[in-house]
Amino acid sequence: MTFFIEVLAGGLLAGVMYSLVALGFVLIYKASGVFNFAQGAMVFLAALTFVSLLEMGWNFWLALLVTLVVMVGVGVLTERIVLRPLVNQPPITLFMATIGLTFVLEGLSQMVWGSQPHGLELGIADVPMEWLSEKWNINISKFDLFAAAVAGVLVASLAVFFQKTRIGRALRAVADDHQAALAVGISLQHIWAIVWAVAGFVALVAGMMWGVRNGVQYALTFTALKALPVLILGGFESVPGAIIGGLIIGASEKVAEVYLGPYVGGGIESWFAYVIALVFLLVRPQGLFGEKIIDRV
Amino acid sequence: MSAVPQSQPRAYLSINNVEVIYDHVILVLRGVSLEVPEGQIVALLGANGAGKTTTLKAISNLLRAERGEVTKGQILFQGERIDQLNPSELVRRGICQVMEGRHCFQHLTVEENLLTGAYTRKGADLQAELDKVYTYFPRLRDRRKSQSGYTSGGEQQMTAIGRALMARPKMILLDEPSMGLAPQLVEEIFEIVKDLNGKEGVSFLLAEQNTHIALKYADYGYILENGRVVMDGEGKSLAENEDVKEFYLGFSSGERKSFRDVKSYRRRKRWL
Repeated sequence: MTFFIEVLAGGLLAGVMYSLVALGFVLIYKASGVFNFAQGAMVFLAALTFVSLLEMGWNFWLALLVTLVVMVGVGVLTERIVLRPLVNQPPITLFMATIGLTFVLEGLSQMVWGSQPHGLELGIADVPMEWLSEKWNINISKFDLFAAAVAGVLVASLAVFFQKTRIGRALRAVADDHQAALAVGISLQHIWAIVWAVAGFVALVAGMMWGVRNGVQYALTFTALKALPVLILGGFESVPGAIIGGLIIGASEKVAEVYLGPYVGGGIESWFAYVIALVFLLVRPQGLFGEKIIDRV
Repeated sequence: MSAVPQSQPRAYLSINNVEVIYDHVILVLRGVSLEVPEGQIVALLGANGAGKTTTLKAISNLLRAERGEVTKGQILFQGERIDQLNPSELVRRGICQVMEGRHCFQHLTVEENLLTGAYTRKGADLQAELDKVYTYFPRLRDRRKSQSGYTSGGEQQMTAIGRALMARPKMILLDEPSMGLAPQLVEEIFEIVKDLNGKEGVSFLLAEQNTHIALKYADYGYILENGRVVMDGEGKSLAENEDVKEFYLGFSSGERKSFRDVKSYRRRKRWL
């Protein structure tokens, strides 16, 4: 039993890491209907910038602040250079543009910071908590718990931002109806720039967490692919969906690996999430928390 | 351009010879000119595709989102040209459009919808403003916590108008408020429009297909056909005009006209 709990908890906490990446997708998709494939590259760029600044001997907070400024700048520039000229184009065009953006961001970040992998240390060790291990023999990483707490704070503040503030309300309004948002005097460009900036911030948080776990390297870009099943499960436009989806994906792939894996020769962890996503697509294509299309009859 | 009434100093909003082209090829407005004096309700009438909505969107500058463009003419508000201003600047200056088909933010509550209307008014006393809207639309107060996508068509129209009011507009461009609503409700909405006009001093330019009700409430009316103003006059005189009766109000003058008569008659009527 303790073993199962350990597996489950480990899975849930790994899921939080997926949620962090998925959040960035959700934000942009919700507000502008763009599936931003470049979110993974933004995670990479954020982590690489941050770690490089640290290695240059910068103070932690200063490095964090500068990275944040860089990410916000990238967001605003993306809106200005890529999205604005493509307004009114079909979604597939925008999607292709974000794929292009992925490689540009990757290339640029490696051009500036070099392509060697870095280790990242936030001062919280990725080791099991002793008291848990001693008392119940359950091993849960301190860092996992820290990441979960960070994700919790992030989601709570996003929720407050979306529900209670003037800009947050405007963001939701734009997500609902572009035309009407224009008509009440909301500037779409303004809102999109804000959304991309917020997504950049989320990418920074995700990049820091993933950087500690796997090192800051090119492969971080592919965290984006791990977010896909989470999005399909949780729904593309739901912040809670990204969280719950991440937890379910994380937990089920760990549990499947441990309990199902031995029967099929192991190694199913890396693709089991996609199986779940496919099944979900068949049963509930809008995801668990996807926005229901309101259709009055 | 002889059709344009002599510009009065009180003209609040005036449109001069505006031409609109969609997608670089489709000519929708062929030189429309009209005026809205301060504090009046002006109706823009005409059949489907006559260019009513396009005229309103040309004013509120929402055309670009639909690949439309004002290619000729000018639009003035309080004596200043506004045809190059973006929609949010227009809202700040006091021109708000309530679009055809309501366009409420479906997943937002009624109250949140109203609050977004005040987006351009940072730091205003929103509670007072909400209360004011609720006194005009008491029904919205009861539904304020409902998701607006689930409210009735009439309530959505009220939400849309209320949302525009939150911006403290001087002028509301109201597009087809009667669409899809029961006659009684249409009457109720127009009563409120009249009330807003009288008490808040909001001027209205409203596009309507329901000629009967529009002329009942409007001070002045313009009739559009194929992107041109073909007739204009005071609300009452238009309502009594034989041609308007015949073609827009559905009253027949007695003897039946053949289609050919009608055609030639209409051609004669076009003096623009």
